[in-house]
Amino acid sequence: MSQATAVTDATFESEVLGSDKTILVDFWAEWCGPCRAVSPILDQIAAEHSDKITVVKLDVDANPETAMKYQITSIPAMKVYRGGEVVKTVIGAKPKGALEAELADFLA
Amino acid sequence: MRQVIIIGSGPAGYTAAIYAARANLSPLLIASSVEAGGELMKTTEVENFPGFPEGIMGPELMLNMQAQAERFGTEIILDDVESVDLTGDVKRVTLGNGDVHEALSVIYATGSAYRKLGISDEERLSGYGVSWCATCDGFFFRQKTIAVVGGGDSAMEEASFLTKFADKVYLIHRSDKLRASKIMQDRAHANPKIEFLFNKTVEHIYGDTQVTGVGLRDTVDGTETTVDLSGLFIAIGNDPRTHLVHGQVDLTADGTIAVQGRTSRTSIPGVFAAGDVLDVTYRQAVTAAASGTVAALDVEHYLASLPAEILETASA
Repeated sequence: MSQATAVTDATFESEVLGSDKTILVDFWAEWCGPCRAVSPILDQIAAEHSDKITVVKLDVDANPETAMKYQITSIPAMKVYRGGEVVKTVIGAKPKGALEAELADFLA
Repeated sequence: MRQVIIIGSGPAGYTAAIYAARANLSPLLIASSVEAGGELMKTTEVENFPGFPEGIMGPELMLNMQAQAERFGTEIILDDVESVDLTGDVKRVTLGNGDVHEALSVIYATGSAYRKLGISDEERLSGYGVSWCATCDGFFFRQKTIAVVGGGDSAMEEASFLTKFADKVYLIHRSDKLRASKIMQDRAHANPKIEFLFNKTVEHIYGDTQVTGVGLRDTVDGTETTVDLSGLFIAIGNDPRTHLVHGQVDLTADGTIAVQGRTSRTSIPGVFAAGDVLDVTYRQAVTAAASGTVAALDVEHYLASLPAEILETASA
């Protein structure tokens, strides 16, 4: 099971947009096979870079408002937020090395 | 040193593992980091795998196969293969994390990768309306108009599945003959939300940050038309995934791995292939599983026939 905190339509504002940290939101759903594959990799990245980035999860099934607001049309979608703004989007399950490379700016 | 390393975790890889493990070969299976379980992980109901009269969900079927392989002693690593060195008596497999594993034999069951249209903007809008996974992304197209490109079983299945969400699904195919099985064609034809656009190729994908439409060209009279839609699902087939063994193992003109007759033996002794990586014709879960069985039995036979000095080097 994923270690990431779940955020919802109700908590997105305070926990993601209002946070003073760098937050990666993993937009996922139960029925998405590739989401399940990428989830443990995000857990590892979060554990290894806990001082740089916080990983949270948003279930698009239960939280359609936020998914729609950020125009999610493909999952897994990983969006990095800083100061309430999206600063990076990664789409699709990728191996750890490839994800780390995409997220390099936020992990260093 | 292992007796056998299996690369791939679809029906071919897991079935090879079940057989090899039951033959006490303690196989190591490299399952990939994010694609473990293979293509069936992206499907929903599988209705044609024997033994499941009510059908079974693709991901569940694959987790069952994994459990069955593990039950008999298969070790599974969730990592990607970076490179292989297959030419010597001892085969070397290097993983994404840098680990190198050695074995006397390798079963190569990497399957195939989806084909792209190869047109501009396909890559740019991938994930923004262009998709290769209806089960992952269909949900986001509620009450939208979308299209599926392709004429095979997967295109029909995706189109039918997508009508659960979308108001309208165009099925775009370059000819007026579908390759799909009769039952899948009939299902698509009977679905009031599906409209076939025959003899059309996709020439353009429009959209700034999200797909807004496609430009089609009629293959008979050359007419160009534009269709407004918000999603384009591409299901035009797959290519065997052979890049790791290029220059080592012989390939066929189709790009599949060449094997001898009905065996799984490749051009290199000790290297065997199974599943879609050697089959562009049938491409079924059950044919891949059968092919994995053949490979495991060939491996058993190969190991039994190895001269004593190789086995000694291996155990040294």
